[in-house]
Amino acid sequence: MINDILTAVIPVVIIGIICAAVLVIASKLMAVKEDERFPKIRECLPGANCGACGFAGCDGYAKALCEKEGTPTNLCVPGADAVSKQLSELMGVEFEDVIEQVAVVHCGGDCEKTSDKYDYAGIQSCSAAKLLYGGKGSCTYGCLGFGDCASVCPKKAISIVNGVAKVDTKECIGCGLCTKTCPQKLITLVADVEKVVVTCSNKDKGAVTRKVCTNGCIGCKKCERVCPMGAIKVTDNCAVIDYEKCTDCTDFGVCAKNCTTGCIMISDLSGMHRF
Amino acid sequence: MTKFIVILLSAVFINNYVLSRFLGICPFLGVSKKLDSATGMSLAVIFVMLMATAATWPIQHFLLDPNGLGYLQTIVFILVIAALVQLVEIILKRYIPSLHKSLGVYLPLITTNCAVLGVTIMNISEEYSFAEAMVNSLGSGLGFFLAMVMFSGVRSTIEGSDIPESFKGLPVTLVAASITALSFLGFSGVIENLFPM
Repeated sequence: MINDILTAVIPVVIIGIICAAVLVIASKLMAVKEDERFPKIRECLPGANCGACGFAGCDGYAKALCEKEGTPTNLCVPGADAVSKQLSELMGVEFEDVIEQVAVVHCGGDCEKTSDKYDYAGIQSCSAAKLLYGGKGSCTYGCLGFGDCASVCPKKAISIVNGVAKVDTKECIGCGLCTKTCPQKLITLVADVEKVVVTCSNKDKGAVTRKVCTNGCIGCKKCERVCPMGAIKVTDNCAVIDYEKCTDCTDFGVCAKNCTTGCIMISDLSGMHRF
Repeated sequence: MTKFIVILLSAVFINNYVLSRFLGICPFLGVSKKLDSATGMSLAVIFVMLMATAATWPIQHFLLDPNGLGYLQTIVFILVIAALVQLVEIILKRYIPSLHKSLGVYLPLITTNCAVLGVTIMNISEEYSFAEAMVNSLGSGLGFFLAMVMFSGVRSTIEGSDIPESFKGLPVTLVAASITALSFLGFSGVIENLFPM
């Protein structure tokens, strides 16, 4: 009995040990020399692996900094100015300011403003709920409310309030993980904390939108007319703000005040509000 | 010579690992979205299949069989293939960085892929000689390549078409995969009639 077990176990163990030894020797003999700055740079980065810099995680960014001359040192959004300063010292280049960003949710269809078209009892996640007729809400563009974004947020800055994701702008570090996770692509990053935001992404015609959600953008173009900077444009029946133009507004918040359905809101440190 | 051609063609078309034996479905559905990643993955699979066969066939015939340890086949093969792929990755990283860059991400993914393990075990159970086993692995890898490239084409067509809401995403991909697999059923019997033995 014990012999039978041993005749099976011993060869496998021996083969395993040989494989392990070969791998260890190979990895020692053929180790690729790392740039000596690499571990130092990696140390400075926050290690959230969020990808906000545009590289594959913190390792990817550190590698790019080592290998490609001229990679900007101000790409780490979560690390902000502190990390940028350390990196620029390490690399011996001029310090550059990090453009801080904050996530905004382009949906305001909470439980009062919109309704469900069926009862969903499946897996409690947005990506699963979306597979079934585009989600349980009557608006197929809106927030599904299961908090996939909240679960990936490294700072726990997103919470589901009344069926819609809300970003705590004080906590948000602008890493952009939520923008990639949201199956409805409702979350985007905007530079600067104080901004006007269109809290609707419905691309249906105004009458259709109005039926499913009282918060929805009906594409009336009033905001287009009142905007002093010409930054708002209604495309596909939904207002879109061009943040390149929406700066130094002479009459900040005029679009929010004049919005007929109230879907344009001011987002700042205290949250979302119309006036 | 005819035997090699028969083995090669039947591995590519009739016993296609993905579409007839339903092995390696995970990369088939996971990496087939874009043509270049599908090609990269398939090349890595061909490479690993050949390497794995070259390593496991001698192990089976010179180590396991003479000692009556044939029943350890599965676990030993998994172990050896996994170690082998890691070794190859280390070697590639050191000596051929360009190849490592294009295959690198996919290599660890297929260390324990069932298509790779399937090929090596099938080579033994079909009682192929070493040369035949290598040809069979090459054919299986090419079959995987064919299936991946075909399906990435199918998927790019799906992306651009208007699909009913409830079919969007995974459901329509699975339906498309089953229809593609169905089309390969048409090849069954072709080889027997082409090369009567």
